[in-house]
Amino acid sequence: MRLIGKTFQKLKNHRDGTLVAYVTGGDPAPKYTPIIAQALIEGGADILEIGIPFSDPIADGPTIQAASVRALRAGTTPRKVLEIVREIKNQHNIPVGILTYYNPIFRMKLDRFFSLAYKCGVDGVIVPDLPIEEADEYRRVAESFGIDTIFLAAPSTSKERLRRIVECTTGFLYLVSHFGVTGEREKVEEETIQMIKRVIPFTTGRIPLAVGFGISKPDHARVVVENGAEGVIVGSAFVNIISENQGKMSKMLDEIKESARRIKEATIQNLGIHSKI
Amino acid sequence: MKKLSYYPVNRKYGKYGGRFVPEVLIAAVRELEETYQRMKEDPNFKKELAHYLSDYAGRPTPLYYAENLTKKLGGPKIYLKREDLAHGGAHKINNTLGQALLAKRMGKKRIIAETGAGQHGVATAMACAALGLKAEIYMGSEDMKRQKLNVFRMKLLNAEVHSVNAGSKTLKDAINEALRDWVTNLRTTYYLIGSVVGPHPYPMIVRDFQSVIGIELKDQILKKEGALPEALVACVGGGSNAIGTFYPFLDNSLVKMYGVEAAGQGLASQKHAASLSAGSEGVFHGMLSHVLQNNEGQIQNTHSISAGLDYPGVGPEHSFLKTVQRVEYVTATDEEAVNAFQVLSEEEGIIPALESSHALAFAMKHAHKTNNKGSIVVTLSGRGDKDVEVVANCLEVKK
Ligand SMILES: Cc1ncc(COP(=O)(O)O)c(C=O)c1O
Repeated sequence: MRLIGKTFQKLKNHRDGTLVAYVTGGDPAPKYTPIIAQALIEGGADILEIGIPFSDPIADGPTIQAASVRALRAGTTPRKVLEIVREIKNQHNIPVGILTYYNPIFRMKLDRFFSLAYKCGVDGVIVPDLPIEEADEYRRVAESFGIDTIFLAAPSTSKERLRRIVECTTGFLYLVSHFGVTGEREKVEEETIQMIKRVIPFTTGRIPLAVGFGISKPDHARVVVENGAEGVIVGSAFVNIISENQGKMSKMLDEIKESARRIKEATIQNLGIHSKI
Repeated sequence: MKKLSYYPVNRKYGKYGGRFVPEVLIAAVRELEETYQRMKEDPNFKKELAHYLSDYAGRPTPLYYAENLTKKLGGPKIYLKREDLAHGGAHKINNTLGQALLAKRMGKKRIIAETGAGQHGVATAMACAALGLKAEIYMGSEDMKRQKLNVFRMKLLNAEVHSVNAGSKTLKDAINEALRDWVTNLRTTYYLIGSVVGPHPYPMIVRDFQSVIGIELKDQILKKEGALPEALVACVGGGSNAIGTFYPFLDNSLVKMYGVEAAGQGLASQKHAASLSAGSEGVFHGMLSHVLQNNEGQIQNTHSISAGLDYPGVGPEHSFLKTVQRVEYVTATDEEAVNAFQVLSEEEGIIPALESSHALAFAMKHAHKTNNKGSIVVTLSGRGDKDVEVVANCLEVKK
């Protein structure tokens, strides 16, 4: 088992959920991301996902679109984001993943991307526009560097497909909570709970399950974890804090830390208390 | 070696194509693929489509011998495939009728589409009005400014137009927004894409519906000339009128084919939209094909005087046909297109769309270089009424 899997396992042993915290790399500028990462970790994030900003983020809502624009304006490149990960990994013993659309990887070529990612200490990669049928070579190269390939499952994913996605996935399975793009939401839909229940039989004993898209409040995290998902992925909530506190760095960091702390708290000792498994 | 017309194989044209989309959409594109495979063989579906193409869209469109233009150029005979005479004023209706009928069979009542020049938006609105479906069109705010007339037409046709303010505010951003809508509403919504782009099976479906252009023209030219043309010329934005023209001739190896991209202010200026001529391989809007991008894989902004060609990607089948050297991809600049726009208007009394003017501009250059025998067919993908203001402004500045 690699670092991401071990992290989930350790927390699970305490009946805690895992908090995976996302921010866009280089937002508002590359030099700030390691500091923001530190605030997330101090607040209680268990795993970090750092996004490579892309010009055309089709799976993202307005919040992360705006973050991508800020990061790109600040001169953020895929290589810079990998450098940021290196810096974070030098300071913290925590799993760090990369989230990116496929084209930046394709452009760099798989071998070069993964060898650089390996050198920078990247533990896993999530690519929202790379479904399993296009991912054979990607998986082969990632595996050769010991980097986890985290695939996504969605409310529309069939059972037969879910089985294949779980087979292709290492690290954790990323369950998209609802039909839609990333962004904060008011509440966790009943549909999401049903989805978690539907997916758990496929992941149990194989791979941890984490839920993302729209998970932005402590209550959301609690509900998801109580129903048996081993983790939550929270992005837009943190990115919104960055967006609202441009030029007010210490306030931004305090709020990020506090937000992470409250969400993390909601996952503690709550794992699976509402699920029968 | 498979025949070129045999592709796609396993969702791909050689290595191009595929379906690089979020997992949520996989179920939707598979449902579409299955429906299409069934409908393709369904006599009732075929009959219904044929009915709308003839009685509603006005097909077959004529193949017109442009005698004045031919004389002026002094080269091979130039024929125009008159898609400008199809209902709505462009080839776009061939595709929107086909897909709207598919949507209906799939039980989807809400249709979304992107549009650049507004021609696809108009054609979508028309097909939806005719078939009793609700159309919502995404359009970049920049394009809405330069194609005001079409925005008004869409509204008249009872479509809702959503202005897109992200990125370059043009076609690519309209597609991004349409994809986001689709991800959110796919249970009720059909995404009616406007060119041979996007994830499989769209490039194949749109090609098949647009192939009516080439099928008709093959028949027409054989009747008029008793021989296949020496060359086919069509403009390439996403590439739908071009592939519709070329596809039925792909296995006729003696027929030369030219796809004409927009060189904007010149390929060296960086202000162009020539993905095949000046781009590189990338994954964008669900497909592996040629795109205009920087070294880091960020998609670049494009420029063309014609909104319909102003797109940084191109259909995967074109990438394939370029690599196997079956089609030659060439370019025409804004200036050459405006010139061709005027020439055709003056010589033949036909005002062509600025998109189609790119094809004409190349054909005019090419006609000078070839011997007198044979014929060249230029696909006149649309009419130019929508562009009159842009051209007037452009000529005004030059004066
Ligand atoms: C008249 C006309 N021709 C050509 C195009 C370019 O599209 P395609 O390359 O798919 O034919 C457009 C697109 O809007 C158009 O309106």
